[in-house]
Amino acid sequence: MTTTTATHRGFWYRHPGLRQGGLLTAPMAWLVVVYLGSLAALFLTAFYQVDDFTGQVVRSFSLKNFQNLFTTSAYYQSVFRTISIAVLVTVLCLVIAVPLAFFMARVAPRSWRPVMVALVLTPLWASYLVKVYAWRSMLQPDTGVIAWFLKPLGLGGPGYGYLGIVITLTYLWLPYMILPVYAGLTRLPDSMLDASADLGAHSGRTFRSIVIPLIFPSVVAGSIFTFSLSLGDYITAQIVGGKVTMLGNVVQQTYVTNLPFAAAVATLPVIIILLYLLAVRKTGALENV
Amino acid sequence: MHAKRLLKVAAVSASAMLLVAACGGSSGSSSSGSSAAASGGAAAETPGGSAFAGPVGMGEGQVNILAWPGYVEDGSTDPAVDWVTPFEKETGCQVNLKTFGTSDEAVKLMQGGGWDVVSASGDATLRLIYGDLVQPVNTDLVPSYADIFPDLKMQKFNSVDGVAYGIPHGRGANLIMWNTDKVTTPLDSWAVTFDPKSPYKGAVTAYDSPIFIADAAVYLMATQPELGIKDPYALDKTQFDAAIALLTQQKELIGEYWSDYTKATQAFESGSTAVGTSWQVIANLAEADGGHVAAAKAKEGATGWSDTWMIAKDSANINCAYKWVDYIASPSVNAQVAEWFGEAPSNAKACDLTTDKNFCTSYHAGDTEYWKDVYYWNTPTTACLDGRTDVQCIPYSEWGTAWTALRS
Repeated sequence: MTTTTATHRGFWYRHPGLRQGGLLTAPMAWLVVVYLGSLAALFLTAFYQVDDFTGQVVRSFSLKNFQNLFTTSAYYQSVFRTISIAVLVTVLCLVIAVPLAFFMARVAPRSWRPVMVALVLTPLWASYLVKVYAWRSMLQPDTGVIAWFLKPLGLGGPGYGYLGIVITLTYLWLPYMILPVYAGLTRLPDSMLDASADLGAHSGRTFRSIVIPLIFPSVVAGSIFTFSLSLGDYITAQIVGGKVTMLGNVVQQTYVTNLPFAAAVATLPVIIILLYLLAVRKTGALENV
Repeated sequence: MHAKRLLKVAAVSASAMLLVAACGGSSGSSSSGSSAAASGGAAAETPGGSAFAGPVGMGEGQVNILAWPGYVEDGSTDPAVDWVTPFEKETGCQVNLKTFGTSDEAVKLMQGGGWDVVSASGDATLRLIYGDLVQPVNTDLVPSYADIFPDLKMQKFNSVDGVAYGIPHGRGANLIMWNTDKVTTPLDSWAVTFDPKSPYKGAVTAYDSPIFIADAAVYLMATQPELGIKDPYALDKTQFDAAIALLTQQKELIGEYWSDYTKATQAFESGSTAVGTSWQVIANLAEADGGHVAAAKAKEGATGWSDTWMIAKDSANINCAYKWVDYIASPSVNAQVAEWFGEAPSNAKACDLTTDKNFCTSYHAGDTEYWKDVYYWNTPTTACLDGRTDVQCIPYSEWGTAWTALRS
């Protein structure tokens, strides 16, 4: 101890308070100014009005935007549609990710793991737009790959619309679900599975009583990604959504002509995500992540 | 002890940041507040300050352009289509381009600042002028201006009180377009896109912008004359509600809406869209790709555009900006743009320089009769644009909210 003190007699060593302050200022500035500051600005803007003609913001306080938002049925339909899309995408991601991650972490030989993780990550190397446009041509009614594939079964393709959005978003956000679940499964101690088997539990029982409780925090972490990413998306809806719109599209369409109204709409996903995080906190899953 | 001190430091640094943010915020709001007041008060004078006195000198080395897709081509879309490179060589002004899909997008981008020139349609021009975002244009410094068709100069959407705010670029009508594999008989009416019994249900498209409400109004002018619509941009409450009702009914027929022209091109080409509103450039691009499409002007009339090159109020490259607006409106370049985009040129001399010698005839460049039932995009205001004073019209901001509600 004494030798190290002797070698570090610098200014920063003698002033630990300043040192920590210096280290913390940049991240705190980021958090407070950029992140919370912009959220506050968003919320404040939601109470302003616009000039009818130029569309420029007039700083007079009123609740008109929120009134408009909650009294027009089209908007809350849009809210429910968006939440239902986000929930469906999350559930689909979960259904696909858990078996896949289980195979990667527990069934496949250990030497395959890096390759499989790399394969899961490859779609993330391609641009978002390229992937969505690829889905646009695959989902194309009558002539798309999916429609062609379903034709022998006497089914039509999903085409552009609600289902198209759900399928595309599930594809886009799947890696964000697989990775945390995979990480959770690799940390699962073998001894517990062995103990469960020794005590006479079937694999189903082991999965229910041992695996699910232990990977639950990872599943929750993944669901936060898939749910919040889906909730805020609008480009996918624009490209494969046909005439179906999500909350993000409402924001995108109004932010030019009526910025305060767009701000009011944009506070909704923030509130929904906060409620979701609160619900997650109640389950205690966040304490172990 | 250690943890406590750490918290204290964090709190101090955080509150310091908050203070900085608060100061920055208040100074920002007061300055923009005063500029808003200034623009409000300046409405009686010319908005946007005074025009550049000239003379146009050496270029600043670059010009930042906001334009409709197809107006500023540097060979990246088609190697043979390039009028940017000669401009850059001639003037030394490097062109930085951003395209937009709707007028609303253009207005928003202009509000963000940093642009020198913009190709604005009539539903954006007045918002730009009264929003104090563009400056008057000194037409003496633009030699090409002399050859512009007289019926495009000093219009309601490109001038205020006899002061010019831009150089006319070209005009065109929004067309009805169809995929000839799906629609075998040529069309000449919007009926198939609005009639609930349309055979193309689920494969109809429409332009995704509030201004499309005017297209419904044009159709109503022909089909429901009792509504008394004279100008599709001057709709009172009854007329507006009728247009929205028609669009709500149309939504049943729609497969998808478009505002991105590449998406529209692909949809018409593949046949996932059979029929709908479109631009000539989309028909040209789809045809060039081997798509089976056709387009025509509908007999009910059509909305259309008459575009204007405007100069941003705070343009940092004023010399390059003037060089650009003169260059783009000059006969040979105006001819190239018009042929590529598929619109009538604004420069009368351009008609002699098109590669297709019949171009100006087929696009009705100087045919005043043809443009009579083409209603150029305009910005709806509370004061009715058709001159009625006994009613109030629905302003554009409400067109926007109504369109969003319709689309949600």
